[in-house]
Amino acid sequence: MDFDRIKEKLNILADAAKYDVSCSSSGSKRTNTKKGLGDSSGMGICHSYTQDGRCVSLLKILLTNHCIFDCAYCVTRKSNDIKRAAFKVQEVVDLTISFYRRNYIEGLFLSSGIFKSPDHTMERLIRVAKKLREEENFNGYIHLKSIPGASDELMREAGLYADRLSVNIEIPTKSGLKLLAPEKKHEDFMKPMEKVKNEIIQYKSESKLIKSTPKYAPAGQSTQMIVGATGESDRDIMYSSAFFYKNYNMKRVYYSGYVPISNDPRLPALGTQVPMMRENRLYQTDWLMRFYGYDVRELLNNDFQHLEMDIDPKLSYALRNRHLFPVDINKVDRQLLLRVPGIGLKSVNKILQARKFRKLNWEHLQKIGISMNRAKYFITCDAREKELKDVSSENLKQLIIQNSFSKYRKEFNQQLSLF
Amino acid sequence: MKSVVLKYDGSFPGFLTCVFNAYEQKLEITEIIPEGEDQKQLFSETLEVITEDFKVQRVLKSLKKKLSSNGVKRLYYSFLSEIPGIELKMYDMIRYVYSSQEKAELDYSHPSVLDISKAAKQVGREKHRMEAFIRFRLTKDDLYFAVIEPDFNVLPVITKHFKSRYADQRWLIYDLKRKLGVHYDLQKAEYVSMELPEDIGISGGNPDYFAEGEIYFQHLWKEYFDSTNIKSRVNMRLHIQHVPKRYWKYLSEKSPFA
Ligand code: SF4
Repeated sequence: MDFDRIKEKLNILADAAKYDVSCSSSGSKRTNTKKGLGDSSGMGICHSYTQDGRCVSLLKILLTNHCIFDCAYCVTRKSNDIKRAAFKVQEVVDLTISFYRRNYIEGLFLSSGIFKSPDHTMERLIRVAKKLREEENFNGYIHLKSIPGASDELMREAGLYADRLSVNIEIPTKSGLKLLAPEKKHEDFMKPMEKVKNEIIQYKSESKLIKSTPKYAPAGQSTQMIVGATGESDRDIMYSSAFFYKNYNMKRVYYSGYVPISNDPRLPALGTQVPMMRENRLYQTDWLMRFYGYDVRELLNNDFQHLEMDIDPKLSYALRNRHLFPVDINKVDRQLLLRVPGIGLKSVNKILQARKFRKLNWEHLQKIGISMNRAKYFITCDAREKELKDVSSENLKQLIIQNSFSKYRKEFNQQLSLF
Repeated sequence: MKSVVLKYDGSFPGFLTCVFNAYEQKLEITEIIPEGEDQKQLFSETLEVITEDFKVQRVLKSLKKKLSSNGVKRLYYSFLSEIPGIELKMYDMIRYVYSSQEKAELDYSHPSVLDISKAAKQVGREKHRMEAFIRFRLTKDDLYFAVIEPDFNVLPVITKHFKSRYADQRWLIYDLKRKLGVHYDLQKAEYVSMELPEDIGISGGNPDYFAEGEIYFQHLWKEYFDSTNIKSRVNMRLHIQHVPKRYWKYLSEKSPFA
């Protein structure tokens, strides 16, 4: 191996891939049989974290950053004056194996700029995955990013070697896409998704009949949307998201706050802050939809198009729906318990278990670990009422915000509080 | 009832034997301590407990009846926490479980149940971190070698993970703090204890011991790590929360490579 050359390529091609936020490696069931290398039967593992706090679990690189397209939001775009590089198929295989054996990674996330044609590019990505599986007996995780416009035939083959496939929708609205990537068609994104969805369904039903059916993209498919590049609302974004979850059996939708990379008049100027808080609120909303049983229309709708930045969407929902509260911790059903601010999934389960033994009071709840600071305004339990029935939602919000700040303020102001 | 302090060999079977003896002899236990540690109770009598397999099996069997497999696992994990005094809490929880109707292990309003579940959770977290942060280095004789220094004794619970993941490579994970390692030889994983040469270090690729190219891969990995960072999004507080500083010396991506 020519280490210096590889190092340079790695530098360029990891750098270009870093804006893709889909990095999780969970959800696949590929157990190590016949004493091969690797196992993805457990939850994915984050082996490290970048300085910006994101999980590193996969070797995430581009095969090449040469591209014939010119999407405005992308560093790899044709018109961008940057160093270009390309990995050989074998180089990616060797890197993946060497990193995996040292326990640096859970597997590979391979994406690419489009060189020559979508099919040509897709075919090369598949060759990497196939080599890893067939020549290296590798059972670690492989995520291939499908190239928009790739043929059905190649999409079908890709899923036989990859654990997850993704097509990044990138821009959540059609109009936004038209503006920023005029050469690309909305259908180019949808078609591969449709194909993958159908293949997954087909393989699932076949494997019920025939035991030896190979697995097809066992971890499903995911997509990514860039947030804040065009003027879309939070509602637009989450409705797209809900659409993908529902119609394409999407496993995950990722939200990526737009990082300004050029001075294109169509885009936020260089130096514009990355909308990280907004991104965070979108993930929280996504989480509420997937695990807490909220319908997207409860969280965002025509009257409420933008998430609140100063409070999380769950608290925001509760404050907009005061008529549902307070609920009696010892009686209320799971569904509503899940909607109490300050009570998470795990605490809900603990409460449901513990209340079979005795009526719970404030002290029990505190020990279970719920955040009393918020929860207390929305619940009653086996003790005297805490307070505040007829405070307005706006005042309650301010009160909660103040309380959660004062927790920190106290640490800094210890001397003052002596008096 | 006699009130006594139990001294045992510090192993999990040893602890289970304590439970057996306590019930059999109707003892009132004030402390359960591993050998080599001093008791706090000045006026209690001390009983030495000899680990006996049939007692271990009996207690395990009855525990499995009263607890879910998760409950048993939680007990074991909390034991591995090595938190001083954890044995007595485990014993207290076991008594509570035996004395009550089913599913008492989930009664988080009971103090020892809650404490045990917290300790188990801490151990579980460290197990998970070790599975993530272990970095193998390839030695000259084709062994993937790693050292660790975990707060809790997680070696017994991470072995399975590495065994199924690295079935086709020989590896050794060594716990410096407890001077105990697990060695996998392509067939089975076994505990080993050994003296490590001082200059083998915890990262880097000393050519006396490590394969040619080993250090390059550490450099490549660091290179990769640095390239994935998005400068406009740096959040060191979050970074340190995920990768606590005490682990840094084991991570080649955090190594200064002087
Ligand atoms: S086709 Fe893909 S890689 Fe090429 S410019 Fe567009 S987004 Fe970037």
